[in-house]
Amino acid sequence: MSIARNAVHDYQDARTLTMSLIDLANPTKFLALTARVLPWLAAITAILLAIGLYQSATAPDDYQQGATVKIMFIHVPNAWLSMFVWGVMSAASLGTLVWRHPLADVAAKSAAPIGAAFTFLALVTGSLWGRPMWGTYWEWDARLTSVLILFLMYLGLMALWRAVEDPSRAARAAAVLTLVGAINLPIIKFSVDWWNTLHQPASVLRIGGSTLDRAFLIPLLVMAVAFTLLFLTLHLAAMRNEILRRRVRSLQMLQANSRAA
Amino acid sequence: MSLGPYASFIISSYALVAIVLAVLIGWVAIDYRSQTRRLRELDESGVTRRSGRSATELS
Repeated sequence: MSIARNAVHDYQDARTLTMSLIDLANPTKFLALTARVLPWLAAITAILLAIGLYQSATAPDDYQQGATVKIMFIHVPNAWLSMFVWGVMSAASLGTLVWRHPLADVAAKSAAPIGAAFTFLALVTGSLWGRPMWGTYWEWDARLTSVLILFLMYLGLMALWRAVEDPSRAARAAAVLTLVGAINLPIIKFSVDWWNTLHQPASVLRIGGSTLDRAFLIPLLVMAVAFTLLFLTLHLAAMRNEILRRRVRSLQMLQANSRAA
Repeated sequence: MSLGPYASFIISSYALVAIVLAVLIGWVAIDYRSQTRRLRELDESGVTRRSGRSATELS
């Protein structure tokens, strides 16, 4: 009897979850949600960034790198987000191609410029860290080159979105390109293990635990969470802009049609 | 807080991140204003959505 009752509850829970996901697929419902969530998300991001920056400023010098280790607190979150954003775009692309979710291509399109900015920052802060530590701004090794390719792919994707005027037609081509480009993510992650690179191997997410001392690990994790929340905030806001842009476009077409008639 | 002999590299990194993120935040904010202004103009010119709701109505 209780098993049957549990099954009914499970079914109802699953139905409620499905219904709430369907509700979110409605752009109007999504706009209402972002209006409620965005101020909170922005405030939490600002607080965490302030804590992270304070911890980064007061972190001790490294015994080998000196104060240059402080670049790590901004380089690593940007590098992590450069890949995470492409991962988000890949999931959204699946949503476009498989489920034809109405917000999937909005999510993919609005994430691309943000991902490109994080990748650019990862490359430049890495370069500024490399000059004093490695003696060079740039080396054509596997890690650096694969991240540069990721940056170029972001730019290519943004160009593709702009080249096709109808967003729903651009969405399918962009989704295929994004999923093909996702092959670069494991190459970036494991490039330091597969090839002999100037870039160091993984030191935070690795089997056997982090090799970083807590004095560096804690500020780094706080900054990584803060930057991830910053991405979520900017992404939600950019998605809202994209929905409004499409609404403007369809209303302008309605206006043009009514004038022609 | 002493930044040692490579202070310029550290300061440049943080300054660049601050500038790029400020541009990104500014771009998103300006884009929002621009889209809501265009919707308001369309609303004032009498164009309504197929649902019959006002162009500027966000929910």
